[in-house]
Amino acid sequence: MENRVVITGMGVVAPNGVGLEAFSNAIRHGISGIEFFSDLKEFGFSCCIAGIPMVSEQLKREYFTELQLKNFNSSGILYGCIAGMDAWKDAGLAISESTDFDSGTVFGAGTSGIDKFREAIYKLDDGKVRRLGSTVVAQTMASGVSAYLGGILGLGNQVTTNSSACTTGTEAILMGYDRIKAGKAKRMLIGSTSDSGPYVWGGFDAMRVLTYKHNESPAQGSRPMSATAAGFVPGSGAGAMVLESLESALERDATIYAEVLGGDVNSGGQRNDGSMTAPNSEAVQRCISAALKNARIQPKDIDVINGHLTATSKDFTEIRNWSEALDLKGTDFPYINSLKSMVGHCLCASGSIESVASVLQIKEGFVFQNINCNDLNEEITGLISKERIPQKTIKKDINIVAKASFGFGDVNGCVIFKKFNK
Amino acid sequence: MITNEQMINDLSDIVKPYIQNQVAFDNLSADTDFINDLKINSANLVDVVLDIEDKFDIEIDNESMDKMLNVKAAVEIIATKLAKK
Repeated sequence: MENRVVITGMGVVAPNGVGLEAFSNAIRHGISGIEFFSDLKEFGFSCCIAGIPMVSEQLKREYFTELQLKNFNSSGILYGCIAGMDAWKDAGLAISESTDFDSGTVFGAGTSGIDKFREAIYKLDDGKVRRLGSTVVAQTMASGVSAYLGGILGLGNQVTTNSSACTTGTEAILMGYDRIKAGKAKRMLIGSTSDSGPYVWGGFDAMRVLTYKHNESPAQGSRPMSATAAGFVPGSGAGAMVLESLESALERDATIYAEVLGGDVNSGGQRNDGSMTAPNSEAVQRCISAALKNARIQPKDIDVINGHLTATSKDFTEIRNWSEALDLKGTDFPYINSLKSMVGHCLCASGSIESVASVLQIKEGFVFQNINCNDLNEEITGLISKERIPQKTIKKDINIVAKASFGFGDVNGCVIFKKFNK
Repeated sequence: MITNEQMINDLSDIVKPYIQNQVAFDNLSADTDFINDLKINSANLVDVVLDIEDKFDIEIDNESMDKMLNVKAAVEIIATKLAKK
């Protein structure tokens, strides 16, 4: 028998809110976490605005020991551990003294400890390899974040890091889901994280995919679905969820946020209109259709789509793909929103932070607003009714949310969340 | 010239962030073993050595590093390196 999989805990470290309560409040009220950073200007970036979560030195010490923080310089591991430990605690789970063989983690990342890596490279180039100390490997190995979390929580099931660019977070959910569904784990802490700063974002600035038009008005800079969308705003942070077999959740009498009904991941193979940086529309539509089929739902069952929607010219292409895959348009199209309007594009962390936002809508009964798109793109409104793109948060019972992410390498992921009913 | 007692005090400050046995640390003496008594993670021993190099402005070679497993050995090696400066 296949297990049903439910979400019993969540944690988030986002540019507009650290912790579930602050984040939920921020997305309801359309609070932007985008700010101007003078160091980006000094580096000569065209885009000098970004989303960085506020993590004080004091907050760090609530999660890490002084020894762990000694020579620590990995923002991705920092965000990932805070989100992951919060999700674990939120699920009502204790930190085990002995190894917990029923629990594992899939915690994704694109880079790890890029600032630590930079430090190490400078020392190496200076002929000081022996001065690197013991802390470089753990902070710069791709699986650093899952290794830290595995050790902090005593996880004894699969402990790994997945990496599929901006699809990473959504893919991690489906990897954890598959493992629990197959009966190989009772609980999987899933999530993803993204380092902050110029060394992660520089390459995107050089590709001219970031907006350079809002350095004076950062909160208005991230404009998914807007006629004046001019590129994405880089972000960072982490999101995490505890996925659990329904049986285990009921046994523990745990709070259930929502059920993961299913989903799909695929790739466009960089054929047709797909490339390293652009999605193959046929593959996107197949991914969405396969996700619905896997979750055994019909297009009209979807209440809200939480899109990838980064604020580039591809926003229309994405909505056309949703519309064609679901065969819904105009006022029949589900509500659609993009968290990126408030936090920017958190890259590898985007899928998990946005999934936390998606599930909060089900748990708390609302559709969060899109900001910065009162000047909607006319191609988009030619396809779907503008009332389906909320400009103000709507209070409403939400049953099903479809969440998709698309990443460099022409990779796609779509997951279906549903309000839990026995 | 730095005394042995001063050196042990300095060493005590250096190892403090890495120790995982407070009782052994409180009773730190020349015979205290870094791994067996203070329960310092063996990976962290290289960090202890780097901190010693910074504190005393010396460089500790690989052979000396391998021998620095307790307070007494550390004090001897530091004293030797300081004498050569």
